[in-house]
Amino acid sequence: MKFIIAIIKPFKLDEVREALGALGVAGLTVSEVKGFGRQKGQTEIYRGAEYSTNMLPKVKIEIAASDELAPRVVETIQQAASTDAIGDGKIFVLDLASATRIRTGETGDTAL
Amino acid sequence: MFRKLICGAGALGASLFASTAAFADAALIKAPTVAQQATMVNKGDVAWMLVSSALVLLMTVPALGLFYGGLVRTKNMLSVLMQVFIIASVVALLWVTYGYSLAFTGGSTPFVGGFSKIFLIGVNTSTYAATFSNNVYLPEYVYVIFQMTFACITPGLIVGSFAERIKFTPLLVFVVLWVSFVYFPIAHMVWYFAGPDFLSANTADAGYLYGLGALDFAGGTVVHINAGIAGLVGCLYLGKRLGFGKEATPPHSLTMTYIGAMLLWVGWFGFNAGSNLESNAVTAVAFINTFVATAAAAVSWAIVEQIHHGKPSVLGAASGAVAGLVAITPASGYGAPMTSIVLGLLVSPICYFFVSFVKNKFKYDDTLDVFGVHCIGGIFGALATAIVADPRLGGQGWVDYTVFPAKAGTYDMLGQLITQAKAVGLTLAWSGIGSLVLYFIVDKIFGIRVSEESEREGLDITEHGERAYNY
Repeated sequence: MKFIIAIIKPFKLDEVREALGALGVAGLTVSEVKGFGRQKGQTEIYRGAEYSTNMLPKVKIEIAASDELAPRVVETIQQAASTDAIGDGKIFVLDLASATRIRTGETGDTAL
Repeated sequence: MFRKLICGAGALGASLFASTAAFADAALIKAPTVAQQATMVNKGDVAWMLVSSALVLLMTVPALGLFYGGLVRTKNMLSVLMQVFIIASVVALLWVTYGYSLAFTGGSTPFVGGFSKIFLIGVNTSTYAATFSNNVYLPEYVYVIFQMTFACITPGLIVGSFAERIKFTPLLVFVVLWVSFVYFPIAHMVWYFAGPDFLSANTADAGYLYGLGALDFAGGTVVHINAGIAGLVGCLYLGKRLGFGKEATPPHSLTMTYIGAMLLWVGWFGFNAGSNLESNAVTAVAFINTFVATAAAAVSWAIVEQIHHGKPSVLGAASGAVAGLVAITPASGYGAPMTSIVLGLLVSPICYFFVSFVKNKFKYDDTLDVFGVHCIGGIFGALATAIVADPRLGGQGWVDYTVFPAKAGTYDMLGQLITQAKAVGLTLAWSGIGSLVLYFIVDKIFGIRVSEESEREGLDITEHGERAYNY
């Protein structure tokens, strides 16, 4: 099993979710996060006082997937979330030691 | 608001009428008795003045509170709302207790009134207050109420300069002292005079600045310069906020600031047009001037930002609107629509320069730009009044009440400009020095600034025990 963490642009979330749904991903978790990478921040000016914000809002998606599905999940997210501009985000894949469905106690791929 | 020489068209109309119809002179009663005054009240004037009073209160407790509140950080929102709200409430009580008497009775000096109307003694439904026209009166309660709203808003303006770092109770003690020793005397100096039907009998029965001939239609000196300089002295005395210039302190809700600023614009019609004390053509002059000067100032601030930063901001346009309102205040009943537009176009770049460059250069932490907008805008407006009031530019000129019936005075623009400068200088000195002394006294007795810890935590929790937003 793999644990996939993707940081994407917030307005791309719906496209990514639809594409993953078509792929058969059964569930995912989304959080609103802030961070910085190569994309520059924005400047805000209030009556001449300038503030540069270097932390930009992003969306973090977390998905647990079987070993077979994981490469296709990564590929789908990459395609759906891309705008060909800096600041599109990153995808990380980790090995996942176990998964348990709380309601039934099932473990492994069947819990996903 | 110097209504001294003031005002206007009402009186001017009356005097023209008097001069064209010889018998009309005979009809005007010099020094009417109270029973005669009772027949000189117009219900239209009364209705307008009561509506205007409510509009000025609208400027204070909802509008000023939201305008200032939106500009501070989330953790200090309630502290600003509470300060504006309770200051207005406390000053209303002081006003009817002794403030009205100190401001609007004749005293032994031209600098402050006396105690003859303390607790509103002698004010009842059968007493009357003068307007700016011969033989036109308001029920005295109406005048007490209208002027009360001005007293309520003025100290509320000051709190913007030291927002986010002052203790609540010492602030209220300061405000009680400030209105007693600064506001009431200055209101007396600028606005008190015996009235058009009585001044000719004793031309000395007027406040000091009124006697000088300064023009201040609706309170540029009494309200804005007065509060603006008290604010500057306050932010210098208290010192900068922690992290000033290092930590980001952006406004927490420009939506609320927008609501507040726009309610200020609406309420300001009561403030300026109401200051004519009657409901007539000069009232409409003050109204239209207030409208177009504000529009011009909002546009011009947006243009300045467009040129300087490439983007016009809501906060900028709203700040411009307030600067325009402040600047047109002393000139509102004197100027003409076209000169008012020029006044509005000019005030925004000046105030912009102060809040964007002068403040950064000298590094004083005037949190919400009370000095940069109210004091600077007020000074500009007070001086510009001398120019726009000139009848050669379509202005209303001034009316000489030392003769009966009142007649239009001969206008001397340069002389008027000097008089205006004197009024500005006296207000700056009286309020600046007076405020410094009062901050010092309150600080020594109570300590005026919150601890570092509570400043970091936010005044909402440490001073008021609640949060503005729970979600």
